[in-house]
Amino acid sequence: MTAVLQTDHLSLQFGGVNALSDLSIEVDEGALHAIIGPNGAGKTSFFNCLTGYYKPTGGAVRFQGNEVTGLDAAKVAALGIRRTFQNIRVFPKMSVLENVLAGGHLRATSNLLSITVASRGFRRRERLLHEEAMASLEFVGLADQWNNLAGDLPYGMRKRMELARVLIANPVVVLLDEPAAGVSSVEREELSRVIRRIHDQGTCVVMIEHDVDLVMEIATDVTVLDNGRIIASGLPQDVRTNPDVIRAYMGRKRK
Amino acid sequence: MATETAVRSGRTRVDGFRVTRAGLVIALVVAAALVPQMTQNQYYLGVAFQAEMLMCLALGLNIVVGYAGMLDLGFAAFFAIGAYTTGILSTKEHWSILASIGPGVLIAVICALIIGFPTLRLRSDYLAVVTLGFGEIIQTIAINLNQTGGPTGIYAIPALTIGSVVVASNTGYYYVFLVLVIIFALFSTRLRGSRLGRAWLCIREDEDAAKAMGINTNHYKLYAYMFGAVLGSITGSLYAPALTAISPASFGFSESLLIVMAVAIGGLGSIWGVMFGAAVVEIFPEVFRSFAQARLLVFGVLLVILMVVRPRGLFPERAFQALGTRIRARLGHAVASPRSGTGGPLVSLPTEEP
Repeated sequence: MTAVLQTDHLSLQFGGVNALSDLSIEVDEGALHAIIGPNGAGKTSFFNCLTGYYKPTGGAVRFQGNEVTGLDAAKVAALGIRRTFQNIRVFPKMSVLENVLAGGHLRATSNLLSITVASRGFRRRERLLHEEAMASLEFVGLADQWNNLAGDLPYGMRKRMELARVLIANPVVVLLDEPAAGVSSVEREELSRVIRRIHDQGTCVVMIEHDVDLVMEIATDVTVLDNGRIIASGLPQDVRTNPDVIRAYMGRKRK
Repeated sequence: MATETAVRSGRTRVDGFRVTRAGLVIALVVAAALVPQMTQNQYYLGVAFQAEMLMCLALGLNIVVGYAGMLDLGFAAFFAIGAYTTGILSTKEHWSILASIGPGVLIAVICALIIGFPTLRLRSDYLAVVTLGFGEIIQTIAINLNQTGGPTGIYAIPALTIGSVVVASNTGYYYVFLVLVIIFALFSTRLRGSRLGRAWLCIREDEDAAKAMGINTNHYKLYAYMFGAVLGSITGSLYAPALTAISPASFGFSESLLIVMAVAIGGLGSIWGVMFGAAVVEIFPEVFRSFAQARLLVFGVLLVILMVVRPRGLFPERAFQALGTRIRARLGHAVASPRSGTGGPLVSLPTEEP
């Protein structure tokens, strides 16, 4: 299998602190790759390096064979790497539909003249985008919420709306930062169903998640981070029994 | 089990709300067009056309402050650039007023680029200070340059001629600015419904998240600033012949503040709101003339009360949309049809029952 997203000895330092050191990960095509690790392990920093929010201090990020290290966040998103945020980032004073349309930003007409005169082509493309936005909302089960303000949605629905917003862009890789954190067990079921369906469609998913049961249930690969380093990686069932992983989570056994 | 679900949209049905809305807009435009027929009072007409002019400026600033969320405290600078470019070209170079709009827009855009490029990366409060400075710089330039007539400004600006029609009365300019308001309002509506408008709102709401949508936030902030500059400059170009004389005093900080006020009172980002806000800001101080010296005080107190009672403005964004949804629901229309009239089944997706 070929790697869609790959990091090569990636490192990130804040002052004297090594947030990430020597991280080499390969995310294969069609994978649902989970990244787990205790708090402060550097998981979100790693995502931020992948998506252009942080500039890594060393190493490289490659996407479909091309180096994307240090690219601007908007450029990374334009390439087809889309993400959600740990503390959900919706556009609160825009409707749910418009939030999703915003995700399809790059697919909408930018020709000022056709926007101004509302040309046939402009209207057709907007209509298509509207239809796809509704399809994305349908996909995550939020179609009936389209006209509500995103800021008025309950937490779990916002998480799903963020997914719809990612999906409308037809991304190659989706990075999900703790999709199931803080949601009810009903919402968790719904989310895991949606994530699995995204994966089934052939989209590559990388997911930071604390919910080990969820990871074991849906992930195809797991990488475990601790203190900015990879301590284990492989199949979910192998990682689960890895002594280093148990030590990172549970602490060292007293002699 | 997989079941077919389709989201319907109401192509076959006439959307009562849309018809009502269109009717209201037409009625409003007709009413506005009839104002000069109802009064010959030059003072009223003067106030009315000043209100229209402020609406144009507010619509321009709305793109910057209302849509993109960047506080611009020097917007009158672009207004001044348009007015002075037209003033100079029409009196010294004998250009026609309409022809001078182009150079005014060009200079405004260049200034917007020069000011915007290095500064738009700043977050809102710092940006406010920079734009405030820019406004002061333009006014100071106008006061000190010979070409701009120094503190006395430019006078004897020729009338606006459109084809063979010479616009020379308050009534004439009232209609000119009415057309301009309509064009600006339509333009703003179109922008708002496109990816530009969405991108600006995203930036206003959450700039970092906007980047994750693939929005080049620095570019889009610059676009907003430039569109604002263009609208401000065009308004200025038509303001110069309407008053026949312009002086630096008309383009100071107080003018910028008035425009910001119009936008804030009406409702940031709301096209109807900012137009209404502009009318309020222009007309209220005139209504309170009977209070003589205290009229601005009364006006100020009213503004404070207004901002306490309606902090998001008189007609905030989506005020009409929310109303529309309610009306639609009452009329029994499918609420599940975004921008109805798009026609056809929206989507057919297999969905699993959880």
